This record gives sequence, structure tokens and C-alpha cells, in this order.
Amino acid sequence: MDLVAAIGLQLAYVIANLALISLGLAIIFGMMRVINLAHGEFLMLGGYTVVVSTNAGVNIWVAMLILAPLVVGIIGVIVERLLIRWLYGRMVDTLLATWGLSLLLVGLVTSIFGASTGTTVAPPLGAIKIGTYSASGYELFLILITVLLLFLVWLTLRFTKLGLLARGTMQNAEMAASLGVSTSRIYMITFGLGAAVSGLAGGLLAPMTGVLPTIGATYIAKAFITVISGGSAILAGTAAGSVLLGGLNGIFSFVAGSTFGEIALLIAAIVLLRLMPRGITGRFFRKSL
Amino acid sequence: MNNGILRNMRPTFFYAFLGLVFMFAAPNVLQLFTIINLTTAIALAVLALSLALIWGYGGILCFGQVAFFGLGAYAYTIAAINFGDTTPAILVAVMITAAFAAALGYFIFFGRVSDVYLGVITLTVTLIFFSLIRRTSGPEYKIGKALLGGFNGVSSPPLNLPWDRSSFLFPEHVFYVAMAALILCYLFVGWLVHTRFGRVCVAIRENELRAELLGYDSRLYKLGIFTIGAGIAAIGGVLFCNGVGRITPDVFSLYNAALTIIWVIVGGRGTLIGPVGATFALFYLTSALGGQSLLNNNLVLGVILIVFVLLVPKGVAPTVTDWVMARRKKAPKRVRRRARPQTERME
Repeated sequence: MDLVAAIGLQLAYVIANLALISLGLAIIFGMMRVINLAHGEFLMLGGYTVVVSTNAGVNIWVAMLILAPLVVGIIGVIVERLLIRWLYGRMVDTLLATWGLSLLLVGLVTSIFGASTGTTVAPPLGAIKIGTYSASGYELFLILITVLLLFLVWLTLRFTKLGLLARGTMQNAEMAASLGVSTSRIYMITFGLGAAVSGLAGGLLAPMTGVLPTIGATYIAKAFITVISGGSAILAGTAAGSVLLGGLNGIFSFVAGSTFGEIALLIAAIVLLRLMPRGITGRFFRKSL
Repeated sequence: MNNGILRNMRPTFFYAFLGLVFMFAAPNVLQLFTIINLTTAIALAVLALSLALIWGYGGILCFGQVAFFGLGAYAYTIAAINFGDTTPAILVAVMITAAFAAALGYFIFFGRVSDVYLGVITLTVTLIFFSLIRRTSGPEYKIGKALLGGFNGVSSPPLNLPWDRSSFLFPEHVFYVAMAALILCYLFVGWLVHTRFGRVCVAIRENELRAELLGYDSRLYKLGIFTIGAGIAAIGGVLFCNGVGRITPDVFSLYNAALTIIWVIVGGRGTLIGPVGATFALFYLTSALGGQSLLNNNLVLGVILIVFVLLVPKGVAPTVTDWVMARRKKAPKRVRRRARPQTERME
């Protein structure tokens, strides 16, 4: 029984982790049809924000939950104004430009902080006991906060005026514009919000993974697979993609080791795309958010 | 028909001839160190050529060309260690890589995955290779006699003569092999894009729906050009691990994947000599940047990529060609304007 609980918790963590690193990407992709290749670098910047500010004496909770999303959100807005908005409707060019941005950010951070950082932050919560097994309290916290984050995004999209305008712009930008919505501003805010969520995720994961200028590369492969398998619906897609792929990854990792877990994840994603080229939400849960 | 292809290939032969001259002149003029460095650059140029074919002519946005490059290099190294002879190893490398590309391409093209998703999927495959091979450092990860070596990679056996497995080629000889391979690949690709197959691929790139309505199965053509491109990238990989002497998981890194894209963007999509030239230029730029610590390589390449996407989206070679064409056309145009003012107004 304890073993089942421990494995269940581990599985839940793998799934939550996948959802957390993908959500920011899913928001930007679902809303704006922009695949942000600099997503991994947004996560990386969130991590750096936490490390730098805690070293400067800021409380780690403030750094993770407030500063990281704020800083990366502002960077996101700047990026949207300077780079992305010239390229709307040109998906390939956007992809290439954000890749350039990704290299640029890696280069900038390496120039400022060096290729590796000596200082890391420790997870602020200790271990908890499940019978004879012990689990990380911080992992439990991450699961909870991922669920909370998904819920918050749902509330924002479903019940606020901003969410309504954003959904309208997503469905038909011209119609929204002719009804008096400034779509350009909606895009700016959406991109900023997506970046902020990425920053939050990067900040939350920094105590688990440490920070490096090139750490984005370890996240983006998983984030892309999750978002593309999930399809264009932001919440349902992220949730479905991370449950399916995270579940498979977790089970295979448990049975055959983490290397096979990653292979299983990739193969599952490729087969899934052969069967459902538009992702899970392209076929099921079409009306969902 | 055949004569037509040869006539269209005139510029290709010209550049191939320049390459041939370079191949025989360079070892007499340059130092051995430069020659060894050049071998690496030539291997990368073959990689750029393969992407120029897939992306520039096939319209397939493949971000993971380095996956085929690295897979070819790994397959060659492992096969050569096991066989003790490098000639069949080269064949094995090209075959395995092409087979892998065909399998991956089947899922991609027959699933009708569109261009942007395709880029992301191929990139993801590359990154998964990167993280998988990095983990293979234990003694239990071996294929035949070859240890995979994880992060440190495997040292590649040098090429030997096809008929004598004990006579290894020295670095100065590998240069000739590499240059000859580049020229042959260049001629092959230059020929391919002028064949019927190549023309259909270009038609699909321009308008996939229209090509399908004319009766061409775009999925098969895309799969074909994708597989051929992967095979060429594998040849590049074989040359690369011979030039460097070992192969590490770093070939699969995001940085290298980006670099390949940048060569083709800077050189120009839809040309072959552009990406090859851009590879040499950027190879020497990054080598020069490696010697100083003020500007980071990533930073410079990121700026180059952004600037080209925003300001020179066609790339250098087509921009130059357009400029030359425009200058050439100027004189007759003025004559035409005087002769037929009607058409001018209609334009």
C-alpha cells in the first residue's frame, strides 16, 4: 500500500512536471499560433531570477512566486514588441526568429554569469514520510502548485474580461478587431502572460535542477512534445498531453529505467501524431479551453 | 531531355570545377593544421548541402539534420570498430541513417504533419538522441566491440584503403577524400534538383495542393527527398568523425542544430552553393570568435539569425543573384520602354 502511494506520487510528479514546463508554451501557442523556440530560455531566465535574488537576500518564496514570473513576463512583453509582432502570420519565420532569440539569450546569460554557476538554491521543503517510504515535500508542493496554476489559467480564460477578449481574438482576430478590441495589445499581454508562466515554472524548478545557461535545452524537447501531442486547446491539451506522455514516461522509467522512459515518451508522441496529426484535442474535447 | 539537364547544370559544373582546383591547390599552399581544420569544415559543408536540398528544394523544414549527421557518424564509428574495415562501415552508416530517416519520415509525411510541427518534431528527435547518448557512459552500453562512452564519445578509426584494411589514411589524405566527397555530393544534388523528381519536389514546395491535384503523391516525393538528404548528411557525419578523430553526443546539441539552420538561412534557401559557402564563412567566424572571450558564440549566431530572418530573409546568394540580374536587365528594359510604352504602363 505504501509502495503504491509512493509510486502514485512519483507518477503524479512526472505528470505535473511535464504540465508545468509546457503550460507557458501552450498558452503562447494556443492563443497566437506562435511556437516559441526560446521557451526553454524563458524557463532558464526564471531560474536565474530565483538564484540571483535569493543570493541577494530575497526570501525564496517571494523570489519564486513573484519575482520570477514578473521579470520573465516583462522580458516577454519586450520581446513581443521588438521581435514577434513583425512576424505574425509567418509561422516559419517566427520559429526561426525565436530560435535566434534563444541563442541570443543563452549567449547573454553566459556572458553575464559564466558558463556554469557555483551557487544553487536548496529546495525549501524537507522530506515527508509515507509509511516506510520517504518522498520529497517539495515535489508534493510542485504537484499542488501545478494544479493550482492550471485552475488559475482556467479561471482567467473563462471568467475574466481579459480571458473573453483573448478567446475572441484567438477564434477570429479580424472580427474581434472590428468590434473594437485592440488585438495587438491582446497579443502583447498573452505573450507576456505565457512568458510569466514559463518564468514561474523555471523559478519553481530551479531548486530541483540547478541553473545553467544551456538548461533550456533539457526542457524544450519535452515541452514541445507535450504541447504538440496535446493540440491547440491550452488547458485540455496540456493536461491530456502531460497525463498521457508523463504517465507512459513514469511507468517505463519505473519498469526499465529512465533512458527507456524517455524513448517511450518520444515513440508514443510520434505514433500519436501519425494517428492524430492535430493532437489529442484536435480529435477529442474540441470545445474545451 | 538529358542535354537540357546538363545545360541547366552549367553553374553547378563551374563551382565543382572551382572545388576541384581548390582540392589540388590547397595542400600545396596551406599548412597541415589548416588542412585538418578544413576537413572538418568540408564535412559540415556536406551537412549544409543536405539541408539545402531538403529545405531549399523540398520545402521540408527539418531542424534535426544534425540527427542524421550524428547518427551517420556514430553508425560509421561503431561499424568500423566491429568490422575492422572502414569501407563497409561507410555503407552501413549511410544505409542505417537513410533507413532511420525513412521510418521517421513515414510517420511525419504520411501523418501529414505540417512544416512547423515537422521542425519541432525533428528537433525533438535530435535532442532525445543528445540526452540518450549522453547517458550511455557505463560499460554495459556497448554495441558489439564498441563502447558508446556517454559524454566522452567514441574515438573513430581512421579511413583505410578499400582493398587494404591495414593501410590507414593520414589527415592530409582524408582532406582529399573529404573534398572529393563534397564535390561528388554537390554534383549529385545539383543533378537531382534538375531531374523530373527534383522538379516535382520543387512544385510541391511551391504549392502542395496543386501538385497533388496534378496527380503527384506529395507524401512519397517528400519522403524520398528527405531520405536522400539524410543519406547525404550521414556522409557528412562520416567525414566529420574522420576529421575530428572522435564522435561525441555534442553533435546532437541544440547549438549544432541551430548552426545548420543558420548556414542555410544565411546562404539562401533554393541555392546549393550559398549554404556551402556560408558554412565555410561561418566556420571561420566561429573559430575566430572562439579565440576571444568578449563576444559569446551563441550571442553572435543569435543576432545573425534574427537579422537574417527580419532583414535578409532570402539569404546572401539569392540576394546577390537578384541584384546582378536587376543590373543586367536594366539596359534592355530601357530599350523596351521606348519601344513598347503600352506594356510598361500595364506593369
